Amino acid sequence: MGALVMSKAITIDGKSVSFIDGQTIMDAALAAGVYIPHLCHNPEFEPHGNCKLCIVSVNGRNMTACTMPAAEDMVVASNTPELDSDRQALVQMLFVEGNHICPACEASGNCQLQAAAYYLKMLSPHFMHFYPPREVDASHPDIFLDLNRCILCELCVRASREVDGKNVFGISGRGIGTHLVVNAASGRLGDTNFAVTDRAAQVCPTGAILIKRQGYKIPIGQRTFDHKKISEVQMEPVKRTEPEHE
Amino acid sequence: MNEKRKIRVATCSLAGCFGCHMSLLDIDEKLFDLLGVIEFDRTPFTDIKHCGPCDIGIVEGGVSNAENVHVLKEFRENCKVLVAIGACAITGGVPALRNNIDLWDCFQEVYLYEGGLEGNQIPNDPELPLPFDKVYPIYEVVKVDYFLPGCPPSADTIWKFLTDLIEGREPKLDYEMLHYD
Ligand code: SF4
Ligand code: SF4
Ligand code: FES
Repeated sequence: MGALVMSKAITIDGKSVSFIDGQTIMDAALAAGVYIPHLCHNPEFEPHGNCKLCIVSVNGRNMTACTMPAAEDMVVASNTPELDSDRQALVQMLFVEGNHICPACEASGNCQLQAAAYYLKMLSPHFMHFYPPREVDASHPDIFLDLNRCILCELCVRASREVDGKNVFGISGRGIGTHLVVNAASGRLGDTNFAVTDRAAQVCPTGAILIKRQGYKIPIGQRTFDHKKISEVQMEPVKRTEPEHE
Repeated sequence: MNEKRKIRVATCSLAGCFGCHMSLLDIDEKLFDLLGVIEFDRTPFTDIKHCGPCDIGIVEGGVSNAENVHVLKEFRENCKVLVAIGACAITGGVPALRNNIDLWDCFQEVYLYEGGLEGNQIPNDPELPLPFDKVYPIYEVVKVDYFLPGCPPSADTIWKFLTDLIEGREPKLDYEMLHYD
């Protein structure tokens, strides 16, 4: 056969994971079926590094796996009690920074923020709640935008820009004042060309973007994360394209 | 002296809907097993009005008025272990939906515009507890030892949690028992 191709590899939690140049630690992990918790990463779009849930220790330093390019011989730790407790604190902060009243949310059971919290065994939000005043925009005929539940993952921003070619969403402000904005003079979703068929209408990990008239079509208790962990669900698209190992 | 002392348990509902208490009753015939090892102090089941020294205090509901604070502090002072049960005790829950609505607007909506049996007036009896501008989870007011999420947690979840606690184990919930809805 041809010349011997030395494939490059990193190790994640002691497991050797090969990568090709240009792949991030997250890309390599996903391709190898190794789960690293993540909320703002979706392989369809440019990585952004917003949520920090994919925090891993790389040769002893903490980095976000979704943005860090893999490099030969990196020793990565991910599934450790310390990192999971950091991740839990991040999720708890996301809960108290918004208004997440799961029993009153149509996304409950399908929400990735909630599912990440289940995965990390979060029993309470721990921190003081901010209860920030946030708007609900119901001006669009087919879609609700409920900023109480937005975690600023920018998936809608990226999907609208990269896939739909529309730029319906953007991020404005800094620090705790950072917020999602809608690209219309009125600031209202109903005054944009946003459509229910847009990719951006489907990617929100929480209940911030909801399609109207779908409410409770699937009963609570029968939803995606009611019986399956986020670690299984987020690895499913990978499994479908990868042949079974062994 | 060998007769084992029963574990004394108090429960209450603050700004909650009693759904967690209903779910506790849903353990059905296991209530008999439970009553073999515990006895109730103050609860809505006994109608005892004040909490005495207890091993376990179980609090449903968030803190929405001054009376809630008094009851919660009485529980904390008297119970060795304090448990927050349900979404409202842990996050404020559905009552916290009012947290970004001005209290005066809430009152007008409920009592003034539509009116009640006594006509259009806002209740103002000195007996009524002072409402707070927001509804708070109980851990923002007192120290809480254990959290049992769910809206409500299922009877099986409550049973698992209580048997763990009573038998001296660290309560542990399986994946499907941990819910915020
Ligand atoms: S968006 Fe998710 S975490 Fe927030 S209230 Fe809805 S289900 Fe709960
Ligand atoms: S609306 Fe949803 S997709 Fe968009 S930034 Fe907020 S949480 Fe992310
Ligand atoms: S998944 Fe990497 S920062 Fe959000």
